[in-house]
Amino acid sequence: MGFFEQIVVILQRYYPYFLEGVKNTLIIAAMSVVLGVVFGTLMAIMRMCRIKPLKWIAVAYIEFVRGTPLMVQLMFIFYGLPMVGIEFPDVPWIPNFSRFMAGIVAMSINSCAYVAEVIRSGIQSVDEGQMEAARSIGFKYGESMKLVILPQAIRNILPALGNEFVTVIKESSIVSVIGISDLMYGTNGVIALTYRSLPCLAVAACLYFILTFISSRLVALLEKRMKHGRK
Amino acid sequence: MEGNNIIQVRNLCKSFGNLNVLNDISADFKEKKVVSIIGPSGGGKSTFLRCLNLLEMPTSGKIIFNGVDLCSNVDINVQRQKIGMVFQHFNLFNNMNVMKNLTIAPMRIKGKSKEEAEEKAIGFLKRMGLEDKANAYPAQLSGGQKQRIAIVRSLMMEPELMLFDEPTSALDPEMIGEVLDVIKQLAYEGMTMLIVTHEMRFAREVSDRILFLDGGRIDEDRTADEFFDDPHSPRLISFLQKVL
Repeated sequence: MGFFEQIVVILQRYYPYFLEGVKNTLIIAAMSVVLGVVFGTLMAIMRMCRIKPLKWIAVAYIEFVRGTPLMVQLMFIFYGLPMVGIEFPDVPWIPNFSRFMAGIVAMSINSCAYVAEVIRSGIQSVDEGQMEAARSIGFKYGESMKLVILPQAIRNILPALGNEFVTVIKESSIVSVIGISDLMYGTNGVIALTYRSLPCLAVAACLYFILTFISSRLVALLEKRMKHGRK
Repeated sequence: MEGNNIIQVRNLCKSFGNLNVLNDISADFKEKKVVSIIGPSGGGKSTFLRCLNLLEMPTSGKIIFNGVDLCSNVDINVQRQKIGMVFQHFNLFNNMNVMKNLTIAPMRIKGKSKEEAEEKAIGFLKRMGLEDKANAYPAQLSGGQKQRIAIVRSLMMEPELMLFDEPTSALDPEMIGEVLDVIKQLAYEGMTMLIVTHEMRFAREVSDRILFLDGGRIDEDRTADEFFDDPHSPRLISFLQKVL
């Protein structure tokens, strides 16, 4: 049986494994990016604020998280926290809830640090004159941020944030090691059933690529819509 | 009321680190008068202007606007609404079209209705011959158009004082005239203005008084004609020889 025929057969017999995997991968990536953006924004604001201790905390957090492997962070959350008595609760109607939570929390903590830097550099890339003009006309700092700076920063932030989402989709494959049934976990399952590694991995690679490609196209589309008459 | 001081500067000093940009400047500016500030680059002209609405925080000294010391514990945002500022690089809000640029501050800060603000904006745009640009974004305008819109943006707040920070320095030569004409018209209508500029002929024409700022000090403070015809300060004399 040729390689492509193997792929076809595997897809025909085992597609529910892959579908389940894609679904869970998307859930984890989406949740992580949403949480990452929310807390990353707060972290970026802390990073830029004038209150020194808050700034230091943010800098330390960002540097530490970006300087340690996601695998270690994930293990730390999933195995380490229960040892000191912190456990994620089980929810009866959602299977494997505590596992999922550990995965999402670890991914979010990681993504938050990267998003914070993306947002900070996006805000700082807006011309200083924009803030000066807003302040000189009588807007308060917060209003100037909201009305003038952030809408322009988003143009710079969005592409990088799209990359972050793509990265999170790919990196999320790591949560399979703690037994979350994401795409990688499903793929390993099919490999164990069929002993056909190469075609299964090819299927997984294609599925990951489809997910990331669609996301980056969507971001490019959004970018285009926010041009405000600029070329 | 004519002749009242609108803004009084007392012993203003500003330094950036070890660099003293302004050294003990004191001056009074009267209502309905136009004062130009001239001097060599790095002489502190822009810093002086930017101190007047606290875009730069003075290191020491007082700035008294309508009897209120801006450096004391006042709400600077309220005071800034009465002080218009026009920048060298226009600084129109790039994320808003012209109409939004003009109406956002009156609506958000002064609580004007959208209709009222837009009607006023259209009136200004018509006077400028720019009514067809109401829906354009700043990136679609020429430098001269941007600067005239920036002036209108300040006027929309009905300021008591206008500050111009080298309003024509970033413009192509053929666009300078259209911006200067707007400023002249404002002078004619009795707007109180402080103008940092390199346009000597314009300064002479439009100003009641001219300051020469060099090395962080006011080196000469005369009426426009005296300033050019009978300069006292040796540095001003050599400056005028170079630029005229």
